[in-house]
Amino acid sequence: MRFTLAWASLRRHGTRTLLAILGVAVAAAMLLDMVMMSTGMRESFRELLLSRGYQLRLAPKGTLPFDTDATMESASRITATLRTNPSIVTVSAVLGGTIHVPTGNRVVTSAALGVDPAVQGDYELLSGRDPVGSNSIAANDEFLAATGATTGDTLDVATGYDPQLRTYAGSMRLVLTGRVRFLYGAANQLATVMRLETLQKMGGADRTDDASLFMIRVRTDAEVEAARAWVELNIPDVSAISTATALAEVDKRLRYFRQLAVILGTVSLFVGFLLVTTLVTVSVNERIGEIAVMRALGVSKKHVVQQIVIEGVAISLAGAIGGLALGLVTAKYLNGILSSFPGLPSAIDFFLFQPKSAWTALGLLTISGIAAGVYPSFRAASLPIATTLREDAIA
Amino acid sequence: MTLAREKAVFSWAGYDDEAPPPVVEARDLARDYPFGAERVHALRGVTFAITEGEYIAIAGPSGCGKSTLLNLIGVIDHPTRGEVCIRGQNVGGMRDREATAFRLRNIGFVFQRFYLMPTLSARENVELPMAEAGIARVERAARARELLSYVGLEARERHRPAQLSGGEQQRVAIARALANRPAILLADEPTGELDAKTGAEIIGLFGRLNADGTTVIVVTHDEDLASSAHRKIHMRDGVIVPG
Repeated sequence: MRFTLAWASLRRHGTRTLLAILGVAVAAAMLLDMVMMSTGMRESFRELLLSRGYQLRLAPKGTLPFDTDATMESASRITATLRTNPSIVTVSAVLGGTIHVPTGNRVVTSAALGVDPAVQGDYELLSGRDPVGSNSIAANDEFLAATGATTGDTLDVATGYDPQLRTYAGSMRLVLTGRVRFLYGAANQLATVMRLETLQKMGGADRTDDASLFMIRVRTDAEVEAARAWVELNIPDVSAISTATALAEVDKRLRYFRQLAVILGTVSLFVGFLLVTTLVTVSVNERIGEIAVMRALGVSKKHVVQQIVIEGVAISLAGAIGGLALGLVTAKYLNGILSSFPGLPSAIDFFLFQPKSAWTALGLLTISGIAAGVYPSFRAASLPIATTLREDAIA
Repeated sequence: MTLAREKAVFSWAGYDDEAPPPVVEARDLARDYPFGAERVHALRGVTFAITEGEYIAIAGPSGCGKSTLLNLIGVIDHPTRGEVCIRGQNVGGMRDREATAFRLRNIGFVFQRFYLMPTLSARENVELPMAEAGIARVERAARARELLSYVGLEARERHRPAQLSGGEQQRVAIARALANRPAILLADEPTGELDAKTGAEIIGLFGRLNADGTTVIVVTHDEDLASSAHRKIHMRDGVIVPG
C-alpha cells in the first residue's frame, strides 16, 4: 500500500513530477560525467600504458617519455645492459624525430618514430605491412591525407629542412608499406614510423646510436618495481618509469581536473538533492491533513516516512536513469572536444564509462533521494494529529 | 455530595451498577492548551462512561470541548489531567507507537471533511487501515467490498473520491472506519458538510451500524443526528452539563 500511495502521490501532480525528474536527470548527467571524468582519464591512461604489455619505460634522466626532444646516447649499450637482467624479457628502443616530405610545391612535416617492428608497442597496423625493411616507412591516415600518398608509393623523406634555402638534410627515399594507427598519437597529428636504424641514420652522426625511449616488458612473475630500481642503479643516466610511477605523475598533473570534477559533481548532487527536497516538501505540505488522517487511522509514523521517502527515491532513481543516458551522450560529445586537445594522445578518454561510475552516481542519488524525503516526512508524521487536523480544517 | 445525588450524577454520566463494563470510561478528564502566555481550558474535568453497543451523541455549542473530548477518546491527543480508559486500558498516557497501534485496532474515525485519500479508489481507501494492520491483499479486498456493499456503494468501488458525491464520500469514510472492526466508531460532525437529505441517509447508516452492534460516538451540532442517538452528553465550557 505504501508503494501504491507513493505512486499515486507522484501521479497526482504528473507534470510537476516529470519536471522534477528532468531536473534530477540533468543533475545526474552532470554528476555521472564528473564521476567519469575524475577517474576516467587516469584509468584510460593506465589502459593505454599497459595495452601492449610494457610495464617500464626509460627516458632521458629527469624527463618523461617524449616530454622533451632529449635523447639517450649509446642506445645499444643500454639495450645490452638491460638484457643482462633475467627479469627483463623484451626491450624496445624508440627514437622520436621530425621528417619533411616534399609534395609538389609544398613540404609536409610529420612526426616520425624509429622502432624495431618486431617488438614495437607504439602503433597498430591497419593495412599493408610493417616497415621491416631499412627503406620502408608506414604512416597514419592524417599523413596519407596530407601527402596524398598510398601504400606502395615511394617518398623522398628528410629529417632536416631549411625553409629559406629550401634545402634538405638526412634525405632518404622510402617506400610506403602500410597504414597504421599510433596508440599515443594526438588528434590530427601527422605521424610515420620506420626502422630505428633508418631514423638514426637519417639523423646524421649525432643520432647514430640515440633513442628517445625504451619500453621494457618484465617477466610476469617478476617485480616491476624491483626491475625499475635495478635499471636506475645500473643505468644512472636514465629515468625508469613504471606504470605506477607514470600514473602517479599523471595523478599529479590531473589534480586540477579531478578537483574540478569533485566540485562540479558535488554541486550537481546538491542541486539534485535540493530539487527533490523542495518537491517532496511542497508535496508533504499540501498533504499535511491527509497525513494527519492516516496517522489517526493508525498508520505508523515509520510507514508514513517510508511512503514519502519512496517518493523521493523514485524521483531520484527515475532522474538517475534518465541522467545516465543523458550523461553518456554529453560525455561522448565532450570527449570528442577534449580528445583533440593538442599534445594529448587521442586514445585517452576523458570520460571513460565504467560500471563503477554509474553505480557510484546512482548510489549517491539514491542516498540524496532518501535524505530528501526523510526530513519533510518525519516532520509531517510527527505533527500532533488533533492540532493538525483542526488547523487543516480551518485552512 | 450526598449518596443519592452522587448516584444520580454517575447514572446520568453513564455509570450503572448493573450495566456491563464500560467500553469507554473517562475520569476527571481535563485538557489545557497553551494560548500565548495563557492557557485555554478546553476540558475541565469530565467523567462519564459508555457501555458496549451504545450510541452516544456529544452535543453543545462551538468551543465547548466536544471535539477535544472526541480526540482524547480517539487517542489522538493526551489529557492534561485525568484518565480515559477504552476496554479497561488507560490510553491517556500511551506513547506514540503504542497509541498508533491501539487506534488501528480499536478506533474508527469519521471526519466532517471525509478526508479520503484523493489518489486512491473507494476500495483502496477502505483497504488502507487493513493494509496497515497486515491483512493479506485478497482478504482485505474482500472485506472492503463487503463494507462498501454494507454502505450501499458496491458499484462505486473503483471510483476516486472526486468522482463521488459528498454523501458517498462520507459512506466510504464510514466503511474505512469499520475496516479493522474497531471497538468504537467516533464521528466528528459527520453530517456537517452534507445537505439535509444526504445527512439523513448518514444518520440512518449510523443507526443501522449501532443496531448491528457497533458502539457509536458522534460529536454534532445536528439536532436530527443527536436525536437519533440513545443518549446525549451535553457539554458547555469544558464540562458535562445536564441536558
